[in-house]
Amino acid sequence: MKRLEPLLPFVGVVGLVAVWYFAVWKQIVDPVLLPSPTTTFWALWKGMNGELGFDFIKTVYRTTMSIVIAAAIAIPLGIVLGSSERLYRSLEFVIDFFRSTPASAMFPLFLVLFGVGDETKISVAAFGAMLVILFNVAYGVMNARKTRLLAAKVMGASRLRVLSDVMLLESLPQTFVGLRNGVSLALVIVVVAEMFIGSQDGLGHSVFEAQQMFEMPRMYAAIFAAGALGYGLNLLFLLIERRFVHWSGK
Amino acid sequence: MSLAQPALKIEPAGVMPPVTEAVFKRPHVTIRGLSKRFNKTVIYDKFDLDIPRGKLISVFGPNGCGKSTLINMIAGLIPPDEGQILFDGMLLDEIKFGYVFQNYREALFPWLRAFDNIAYPLKMMGIGKAERQARVERLVERLGVKIDLNRYPYVMSGGQQQLVSIMRALVVEPEILFLDEPFSALDYEMTLFMREQLQRIFVETGTTTVLVSHDLEEAVYLADRVLLLSRHPALVADFVTYDAPRPRTDATLSDADFVQIKAHCLEVFQREVRKG
Ligand SMILES: Nc1ncnc2c1ncn2[C@@H]1O[C@H](COP(=O)(O)OP(=O)(O)OP(=O)(O)O)[C@@H](O)[C@H]1O
Ligand SMILES: [Mg+2]
Repeated sequence: MKRLEPLLPFVGVVGLVAVWYFAVWKQIVDPVLLPSPTTTFWALWKGMNGELGFDFIKTVYRTTMSIVIAAAIAIPLGIVLGSSERLYRSLEFVIDFFRSTPASAMFPLFLVLFGVGDETKISVAAFGAMLVILFNVAYGVMNARKTRLLAAKVMGASRLRVLSDVMLLESLPQTFVGLRNGVSLALVIVVVAEMFIGSQDGLGHSVFEAQQMFEMPRMYAAIFAAGALGYGLNLLFLLIERRFVHWSGK
Repeated sequence: MSLAQPALKIEPAGVMPPVTEAVFKRPHVTIRGLSKRFNKTVIYDKFDLDIPRGKLISVFGPNGCGKSTLINMIAGLIPPDEGQILFDGMLLDEIKFGYVFQNYREALFPWLRAFDNIAYPLKMMGIGKAERQARVERLVERLGVKIDLNRYPYVMSGGQQQLVSIMRALVVEPEILFLDEPFSALDYEMTLFMREQLQRIFVETGTTTVLVSHDLEEAVYLADRVLLLSRHPALVADFVTYDAPRPRTDATLSDADFVQIKAHCLEVFQREVRKG
């Protein structure tokens, strides 16, 4: 029994596909709206080797760009804000306000600023992700264990040393929480932007176009590709975290 | 009370003993006019104390009387409101000292291996990597530590982690070592083991040690002097000498001398608790 344990996660997948086959076989749902799994996966396979693959790469590019920009701004800024509680408190309302504002509401503004190109999609996603990361990094730094800071201090660490040797590392687990949430949000924003903001490519565009043309297998294929991308990005960050923040939660 | 000693034992000014002896006898730490209050509560008011050199001092007293506050002020973790603390006439930042926190989990750096945790204060002193390595290895050798220091602290037992903390405090060859209830987060078996480790380290290094303990048996067992504090504002209720030879063992615990001194400390303690 123990040897089969690693296979447990596949139970849900097999179950889902079985239910899907069953629904198609019994024609519970209109066959036009719900193609069979085989048709869908064939569309996914064909698509990923062609146009869908190209869209996939476009979306990966935009999401990656936005998360890189967001992290490059938010991590240093978060450390600065977090290391001075006063500074953070004075900006807390602004950060919380924009963090709570749906990033999609910012599209028109960014459209005016950057036009309809990639810049808009990337910058709105970066904006949303940045606030999430900023918030988490600042909190990670602020919640650095007091004993640990004191310990560094009694060992003769300077303020700058305490920041780089202790606060920074103390905040890493929380920073990764921010990065994972940030990348999920960035993907959501990018896909939505690709659907509606005069886009010619990307997974969002692919889903939307397939739906408009009523090509259901292609639409499902694009949805699965987007799902796989979201899951993959999350997994990637988890693996990086496990590798570099091995003490997290210990 | 024959066991009691005045808190302030000022050497007679007239007779000058030979220099070496004078250096040995001069108190290591002199605390004068120390005052500290938190909000309205006066914890210390013009507190004086001499800590003798090369002795292990246990600090014992009622809950919240200010034991931690005292060693934290001496170790510079919190500033006193008033007063002066001198180490051989020098200020804290002119000397090397070690501090061991009660909460080893939060005091060690989980991102560093035990070895690098121990070497960290040397790094802060600007000592090169090879020398750091050599010094840690020398310390391991001297203490006869047998644990694998290439592991991360979070995979170690509580006692091993606290041992790493103590080694981190000792690696700089401190002139004085502070420990605030270092074993109170450990289980009983580990506590007994760690007491022996601490005693061995003390015998080995002869470092002036200030140990806050909430366990009277432990306080007396390990101490050369037991500092009994009273409550609010804290005063020296007694500063008892216990000079049984080391190494002390389980048999020490049933020595007449030990039993008598422990009983005396308990009596002073209870008197102070009743007063409060
Ligand atoms: N940062 C602080 N702010 C306000 N009050 C404090 C602070 N630190 C300590 N106190 C108070 O000062 C008193 C002395 O505290 P301290 O921690 O020194 O006591 P202690 O003797 O170590 O007690 P315990 O046996 O619980 O360890 C306590 O009444 C405590 O509540
Ligand atoms: Mg205490």
